[in-house]
Amino acid sequence: MALLEIDKLSLSIRDIPILRDVNLSVEAGQVLGVVGESGSGKSITAMAIMQLLPVGAQWTGSVRLDGRGLEDCSEKDMCGLRGNDIGMVFQEPMTALNPVQTIGEQVAETILVHTGKSRREALQLARQALNRVDLPEEQFPLDRYPHDLSGGQRQRVVIAMAIALRPKLLIADEPTTALDVTTQAQILKLLKGLVEQDGMGLILITHDLAVVAEMADHIAIMKDGEVVEAGETLDLFRRMEHPYTKALFKASSHIPVRNAAHVAERGQSVLEVSKVVRDYPLPRRSLFKAPGHFRAVDHVTLSINRGENVGLVGESGCGKSTLTRAILALDSVQGGEIRLDGSLFSTRGSGPDRDMRRHVQVVFQDPYSSFNPRHRVGRLISEPFFLLDNPPVGEERQRRIDTALENVGLEAADAQKYIHEFSGGQRQRIAIARALIIEPSLIVLDEAVSALDVSIRAQILDLLAELSDRLAISYLFISHDLSVVRAITDRVLVMKSGQIVEEGPTEEVFLNPRHSYTRELLAATPILDEALKAREARAQTG
Amino acid sequence: MLPFLIKRLVSLCLSLVAASLVIFFVIEVVPGDPASFMLGMNAEPDTVAALRDSLGLNASIPLRYWQWVSGLLQGEFGTSYTYKVPVRELIADRIWVSLPLAALALLLSTLIAFPVGVIAAARRNSPTDVSIMGVTQLGIAVPNFWFAMLLVMFFAITLRWFSAGGFPGWDAGLFAGLKALTLPAVALALPQASILARVMRSSLLDTLGEDFVRTARAKGLSQRQALWRHALRNALIPVLTIIGLQFSFLLAGAIIIENVFFLPGLGRLVFQGITQRDLIVVKSVIFLLVFAVILVTFIVDMTYAIVDPRLRRARA
Repeated sequence: MALLEIDKLSLSIRDIPILRDVNLSVEAGQVLGVVGESGSGKSITAMAIMQLLPVGAQWTGSVRLDGRGLEDCSEKDMCGLRGNDIGMVFQEPMTALNPVQTIGEQVAETILVHTGKSRREALQLARQALNRVDLPEEQFPLDRYPHDLSGGQRQRVVIAMAIALRPKLLIADEPTTALDVTTQAQILKLLKGLVEQDGMGLILITHDLAVVAEMADHIAIMKDGEVVEAGETLDLFRRMEHPYTKALFKASSHIPVRNAAHVAERGQSVLEVSKVVRDYPLPRRSLFKAPGHFRAVDHVTLSINRGENVGLVGESGCGKSTLTRAILALDSVQGGEIRLDGSLFSTRGSGPDRDMRRHVQVVFQDPYSSFNPRHRVGRLISEPFFLLDNPPVGEERQRRIDTALENVGLEAADAQKYIHEFSGGQRQRIAIARALIIEPSLIVLDEAVSALDVSIRAQILDLLAELSDRLAISYLFISHDLSVVRAITDRVLVMKSGQIVEEGPTEEVFLNPRHSYTRELLAATPILDEALKAREARAQTG
Repeated sequence: MLPFLIKRLVSLCLSLVAASLVIFFVIEVVPGDPASFMLGMNAEPDTVAALRDSLGLNASIPLRYWQWVSGLLQGEFGTSYTYKVPVRELIADRIWVSLPLAALALLLSTLIAFPVGVIAAARRNSPTDVSIMGVTQLGIAVPNFWFAMLLVMFFAITLRWFSAGGFPGWDAGLFAGLKALTLPAVALALPQASILARVMRSSLLDTLGEDFVRTARAKGLSQRQALWRHALRNALIPVLTIIGLQFSFLLAGAIIIENVFFLPGLGRLVFQGITQRDLIVVKSVIFLLVFAVILVTFIVDMTYAIVDPRLRRARA
C-alpha cells in the first residue's frame, strides 16, 4: 500500500471546478514530482492534502495517508496530522517565517504543539533539526531572528520546522523557485538526503522539468486541474504519450531560431559602459564619522554592438540590478561613464539628458505590476513619446501604436483595451511594444521572461529573437536562468560581487567556462537532457 | 537596543527644544498686551508701562525665552497674570483631573477595542463581524459631546447612578474621584475604541493572510492558535501607532468633554487662559501638552522595538 493515495480527487471553489479526478500516489522513501504551469492545480492539490483549503472549497474523492482517509478527519484530527505526519515547505522563504519570533522558537513550536515535551526538550530537538538542515549552532544559534538570514537559510529553517518530527510525507511547493541556482542545488540535495535518511515520501511541486528529472522517482504532469500523464520518471520522458507533455518538454528546452547574419550595421557599438562604479552609503554608525559605503558595482566595463544580444548572469546580490539601474540612468554613478551610440549618457555628477534616454528602454520582470491599470493599452505603450521633442500626433501616433502592437503579435484593436483584459504573456508583449515604440537602440530585459510559464516563455523568446533580427535592436538580457540566457544571447557576462568575472561568446562560456564561479553556476543549473542521461546511465548500471 | 534608546532620547530632547521655540514665538506675535488687558480699557499709559515692567515684558526676546525655559527646567512656570498664583499650582490642581481622565479613557478604549477587533477578524464576514463593524461605524460617526449628554441623561438623570458633572477632588476618596470620571471617560473612549477596533481588525486580517500564518497552520496549529501566537503580535504595530495618537488626542482634545461635565481640567484652564490673555498660563499648558505628546511618541517607539526585533537593529 502506498503512503499517500489520492483517488478521484475533484475540487471546486464556490462551484467553479478546480480539480478533476486527480489520482496520485506516493511511496515511502520516494519522490513524486508534480509538474505543471500556473493554474494547473498543483498547489491546490497540495493544500487539499493538508486540508488547508480556501473558504468555499468543496471536494470529493478520497485522500488516504498511510491508510487513513482524510475525508473522515475532523479539523482537530487534521491539526494533529499537519506538522506531525505531513510537513510542508513553501515557495517564498522570505515571508514564510514569523518576523518577530526567533528561529529556535519557531522550530520548537512544531514539537510543542504535537508532543507533551517541555520547552527545554523542544528547544533541544529544534537544535537537532536545525543541525540536520546544515544550520550549525556556531553560526545559527536558536535566538537568531529570520531577518538575519538569507533566503536559502530561511528555507532551511522552514524545512527544519517541517521535518522536526520526521513526518511520513513532506510536501514541497516550488521550494527553490525563489532561490539562486547554487542555493537551489543545495536545497534540493538536502531534501533528497532527508528523504533517504528518514524514508519520507516527498511531493515536489515545480514548474521546472529539469528539477524533477533530477529529483523525482515518479512524475505527474498536471494541466487545467487534471493529471494528463503520470509514471516512472524515465518511462514518462521516453514515452511522452500526451501531447501536452511533449509540448512542455519542447518548450522547456526551446531555442529560438536566430538569423542575424544579414544585419548590416553589425559591429557598431550601441552601449559602452566603462569602469562604472556604483556605491551605496551604509547606515551612519557614529555622528562623528562619515558613513561607509558598499560598492555594488565595481569598475564594470562592457559593450554591446548593434543587433547583438548580450546576457548578464549572476546570483542575487551580485550587483546586476544595480548595474541595470545605472545603465538605464535611473541612478547616478560614482565613477566611470556610460555611452550610448557613441555619445556620453551618464557619468559621475551628470545625469542623462532626455534626448538620449529614448535610445534605451526596459522590460521588467512582473507583467502584472508594471502597468497603470487605469490607462488603456494605447496610452500605456505610447508613453515613451514623452521623451520626444515632437511626439507624433493624430494619425501618425495611431499608426505607430498599431505597428508596435502588430510587431509583438497583438492586434491594433487591442489599443482600446485595459491591461486586466490580457494574460501574463500578452502583458509581457505589451511591455515589449512599449519599449519598441520609440525605436530604441537598446532594450534592457530585466528577468523579462522569468515570471512566465515555459510555453509562454518560448513564445516570448521567439518574438524577441525575431524583433532583434528584423529591427537590429540590441538586448541586454539579465537573468538568473542560465538555460534561457543560453538560448537567446550571442555573448554572455558573468557577474559576481559587483565585478564581471567572465565574458565571452555564449556557447564558448557554457562549454568551456574558465572562471571557477561560472563553473559553479553551470554545475548547479539543472539541465533536462543531462539529468535524463544521468538517470539512464544509472538505470543501466543499477 | 541601547543605541536605539539613546537615539530616540536625543530626538526627544531636540523635539522639546523645537517645540518650546515655536510655542514661545507664536505666543509672542499673538496680538493683545496682557498688561493693558489686566488693567482694563481706561488705564493710564504710565500704569500699563509700569505693569509691563513688573511682568518682565520689556526685557529682550532672547532673555525672556531663556527666563521662561530655565524656569520650566526648574519646575517654575511663572505667575498667572489673572489668578496671581504660580502657574505651577494651577496646573498641579488640574493635571490630576486631566491625566487620570485620559488614562482611564485610553484604558477603556483599549480594553474594548482589542477583544472586539480580534473577534471581528477571527469571524470575518460572519453576522458578528458585520454587527461589530456597524456599531463601530456608529461610534465613529456620533460626536462625543452628544454621546456625553446622552450618558448624562440616562445614567445621571434617569438612573441617578452618577452625578451629572463636577469633580469632588481626590480628597473625597479614590472611589468618588473615579466615579466622577467614569462617564466622561466612557464618552471620550467610545469613538476612540471604535477607531481602534477597526484598525485592530483590518491589521489582523492583513496579518492572517501572511505566508507565516500559513506556515504556522502547516505546523499543526489551529486557526485560533495561529491567530494568537503568530498573527496578533505582528498586527500590533499599526495599532500601537493609533494608540499613541489617541493618547495625545485624549489629553489635549478633552476640552469639550471637560466643559460638558464641568471638570476642572487642563482643557478648561487653557481655554480660560486664552480668553483672558493669560499668556503665561497658555504657554505653559501648551508646552506641557506638547511634552506629553512627545513623551507618548517616545514610549510608542520603544514599544515598537519590543514588539518587532527588526526595528531594534534597523534603527540603531
